[in-house]
Amino acid sequence: MSVVVQLSYFVASILFIFGLKAMSSPVTARKGVMWAGVGMVVATVATFAHPSVGMENISLILIAIVLGGAFAWYTALKVQMTEMPQMVAVYNGLGGGSAGAIAAVSLLQGARADEGSVAAAMGSDAAALGLLGAVIGSVAFSGSMIAWAKLDDRLKKSTLVENHQWWNVALAAATLLLAIWVFNTGSGFPILLFFIAALALGIFITVPIGGADMPVVISLFNALTGLAVGFKGYVLGNLALIIAGTVVGAAGMLLTLLMAKAMNRSLMNILFSGFGAAPAAAESESEGEMKEVGPADGAYMMGYADRVIIVPGYGLAVAQAQHKLWEMVELLQKHDVDVKFAIHPVAGRMPGHMNVLLAEAGVPYDMIYDMDEINEEFEDTDVVLIIGANDVVNPAAREDEGSAIYGMPILNVDYADQVLVVKRGRGAGFSGVENKLFFRDNTRMVFGDAQKVVSEMVQTVKGM
Amino acid sequence: MIEVGGLVALYVFMLAAVAGYEVITRVPVILHTPLMSGSNFIHGIVVVGAMVALGVAETPLEQAIGFIAVLLGAANAVGGYVVTERMLDMFKSSKKEDG
Repeated sequence: MSVVVQLSYFVASILFIFGLKAMSSPVTARKGVMWAGVGMVVATVATFAHPSVGMENISLILIAIVLGGAFAWYTALKVQMTEMPQMVAVYNGLGGGSAGAIAAVSLLQGARADEGSVAAAMGSDAAALGLLGAVIGSVAFSGSMIAWAKLDDRLKKSTLVENHQWWNVALAAATLLLAIWVFNTGSGFPILLFFIAALALGIFITVPIGGADMPVVISLFNALTGLAVGFKGYVLGNLALIIAGTVVGAAGMLLTLLMAKAMNRSLMNILFSGFGAAPAAAESESEGEMKEVGPADGAYMMGYADRVIIVPGYGLAVAQAQHKLWEMVELLQKHDVDVKFAIHPVAGRMPGHMNVLLAEAGVPYDMIYDMDEINEEFEDTDVVLIIGANDVVNPAAREDEGSAIYGMPILNVDYADQVLVVKRGRGAGFSGVENKLFFRDNTRMVFGDAQKVVSEMVQTVKGM
Repeated sequence: MIEVGGLVALYVFMLAAVAGYEVITRVPVILHTPLMSGSNFIHGIVVVGAMVALGVAETPLEQAIGFIAVLLGAANAVGGYVVTERMLDMFKSSKKEDG
């Protein structure tokens, strides 16, 4: 019987790895997630035949799966594409919570086993990894929930206490001491304290982190949940958990570093300070003034151009203007304008989020270019249209050493002949840094709601 | 039952980490969000561990916590799958129409 279970886990592990691999290309990505889905079903069904799954709890298991699955199914179908980052944070947090709860069960059983200590009952290695997985899972759970609340604008606070770094250090130390107590204990009380400390740690770490950095943090929690799942696999002697968890842990960690790099932020910096905590020293003043034009003028500029590159940002999605934008692009193409989309790695609220939002509007993915692919082309471009993006096109990142965003890789839109910027108002960007691009000679500003501006542009291009 | 302990587990951890690293290095940025969501789905396999944990739970407290573990794990797996599928469903090429 257990041979069947083991073989099913083996098959599931293969499907997970090849599924992730297939997700590396837009052509095979859908197949990839389906393979992984099949793997999940195989592993879950096979587990009903697992020797540890006793008859007395089987109805509880079924009820939990149906309830949890139904809740997730419903919310996942309902969520808007713009809200995808916080939804991923929620599901990820649930996985971390599950890993933490599994650890709680194992530790309680270890404490109850009457062998003197948890370590003696479970074995020192399993107890240690179980505790480590419990901390990571709990932090990922409470941290992800804070990340969700912040991205969903339900939590505006960014300070819980003064000197939060020291509180974090103190909490981490307390968690470690409690873990050691649990390791050597034979009672349940320290286990409770331990989980409270670990959950609080996740909250305290995440609250001070700004919304702009949150995607990196979600990605980090995603990787951590993977690791926690891997450690649970060791405790339970389950290879499917070890392999799937570790693969996700490694992949997620790399993805996290790639995101942090694209934002010119080190992971340490994100986790242990707030943006703007370092004094934004000696930022040079912007020269010149903004030159404003109407939407119709902008539309004419693009309609008579040969090559146009569009740089969309999160503001576009907030205004729900991506469908109108695609309508305009199709009209421009009829006027033989060569249109491309350029996406900065951190456009949207996490890497690739903007691609999803454009795909939703019907933009084919082969019209969308990454920063590295397209940055050379701006010099030969007639008009660049920037909608809802700000910091990622600020030339100060390239030129002004005093700027807070100096060194961040940007799209070199200022090399194009004409730059059109659609913007809600005159204020600074997400990071609070003033954008020098807006004051350049070849830049024209179109102020207004992106949805309205693009609609007017569509009307103008139709009449051309 | 295969025993997964000590050194063997260490090898499995190492090889799985390499596999995870290699698999993702070739993923274009445009797929990073679906990929994050997809990897989030894959660690939903934790539901299997939760089922085993609830399966061996004996006291009411253990059963309650095990129940929560399965509930959360199942939500992770199902939610992760559905959002990933929804996102990937929208990626279309301008060259050929494939479903």
